[in-house]
Amino acid sequence: MRPYLREKIPSSIDEIPSATAYEAGYLVTKNSGWRNVRPVIDTATCVGCQNCYLYCPDGVISIEDGKAKIDYDFCKGCGICRTVCKPGAIRMEAEK
Amino acid sequence: MSINAKTLDKTEYFYGHKACAGCGGSLAVRIALKVLGKRSIAVLPAGCMSAVGFNFPQLCFGNNAIISTFAGTASMLTGVYAGLKAQGITDFQAVGFAGDGGTADIGLQALSGAIDRNDDILYICYDNEAYMNTGIQKSSLTPFGAKTTTTPAGKNIRGNLRQKKNMFEIAAAHDIPYAATASIGYINDFMAKVEKASKIRGTKYIHVIAPCPTGWGVASDQTVDIAKEVVDCGLWYLAEYENGSFKINRRPKEFSSVEEYIRRQGRFKHLNDEDIKVIIDSRDKKWEAIDKTYSLQ
Repeated sequence: MRPYLREKIPSSIDEIPSATAYEAGYLVTKNSGWRNVRPVIDTATCVGCQNCYLYCPDGVISIEDGKAKIDYDFCKGCGICRTVCKPGAIRMEAEK
Repeated sequence: MSINAKTLDKTEYFYGHKACAGCGGSLAVRIALKVLGKRSIAVLPAGCMSAVGFNFPQLCFGNNAIISTFAGTASMLTGVYAGLKAQGITDFQAVGFAGDGGTADIGLQALSGAIDRNDDILYICYDNEAYMNTGIQKSSLTPFGAKTTTTPAGKNIRGNLRQKKNMFEIAAAHDIPYAATASIGYINDFMAKVEKASKIRGTKYIHVIAPCPTGWGVASDQTVDIAKEVVDCGLWYLAEYENGSFKINRRPKEFSSVEEYIRRQGRFKHLNDEDIKVIIDSRDKKWEAIDKTYSLQ
């Protein structure tokens, strides 16, 4: 479970909280536009060691069925996952 | 058994934030919150992590989180702790994430006061070695020779003239229940220290090195690697302070090359061989002192 993208974006003044509290983990924009290169996982080589999941500063990698899976909505393409991947299962591809 | 990737909480508590690609500080915050879980209340002063985490309506913390004044991280942590205690709530951990400037310069007296009162809080300093959020100004944790906008490198003066303050030993000098140093390059060590700290009642201080690709002048995919190298070359060390004594967690038999570490960063590119010798000499002096006063784990 992660904070997730909401459909409703507060826009008018009465939708903005008057107190100091607001719902935690309320996301309205993606970070995918920041990316020049995208990490691509070669599932045949991935051993599910969780190194990329552990070191991702954005937490976009999860391990599903023993393989790494990337949430491209929030990946910024920093490439740390590729650097820490010991079997070399991640390659960086230019965004088109 | 200490915590690892398999036993770590799968929930993300710091997600969709606007930190630069490859940010070391955001990795430290993310991992610490995953160790502490949803019953942690995060306090963040002015600095990168509050700037990237609270862009209303984009709220990136999945747990309770609040912004404090720049100088008041530790005092707000005290307030969170006291307020919840007064309501009879006990199953929580108040945790602060302040940068190096917010800890060693601006927030030092509040932190000192909290340690003195021994409030049950966890204070994590993510050290990226300058005021990165405002555009790279020198803090008292900027290392010798680093170029920042307030310590520019010119013909006569080559970057920062002062050595890095030892914040870990300053915290320990208060006789704090638990203090530790860590690096995001050794993430398992960091996780174990956060977990250990969360089980100790009283004030805890963890100082974690979190490189900033923008300010250090390294590629965004090198953050973790350089955080590992700074430990391997001996310019940073992994240690703990507990029950009145210092313990070193990792004593490299042979240090890796300081010159290699320096040369790969943009902020040090003006340094000459003489400057690097000064850095190596101060490292050797520090390790001499460590070998005398710290016990090996």
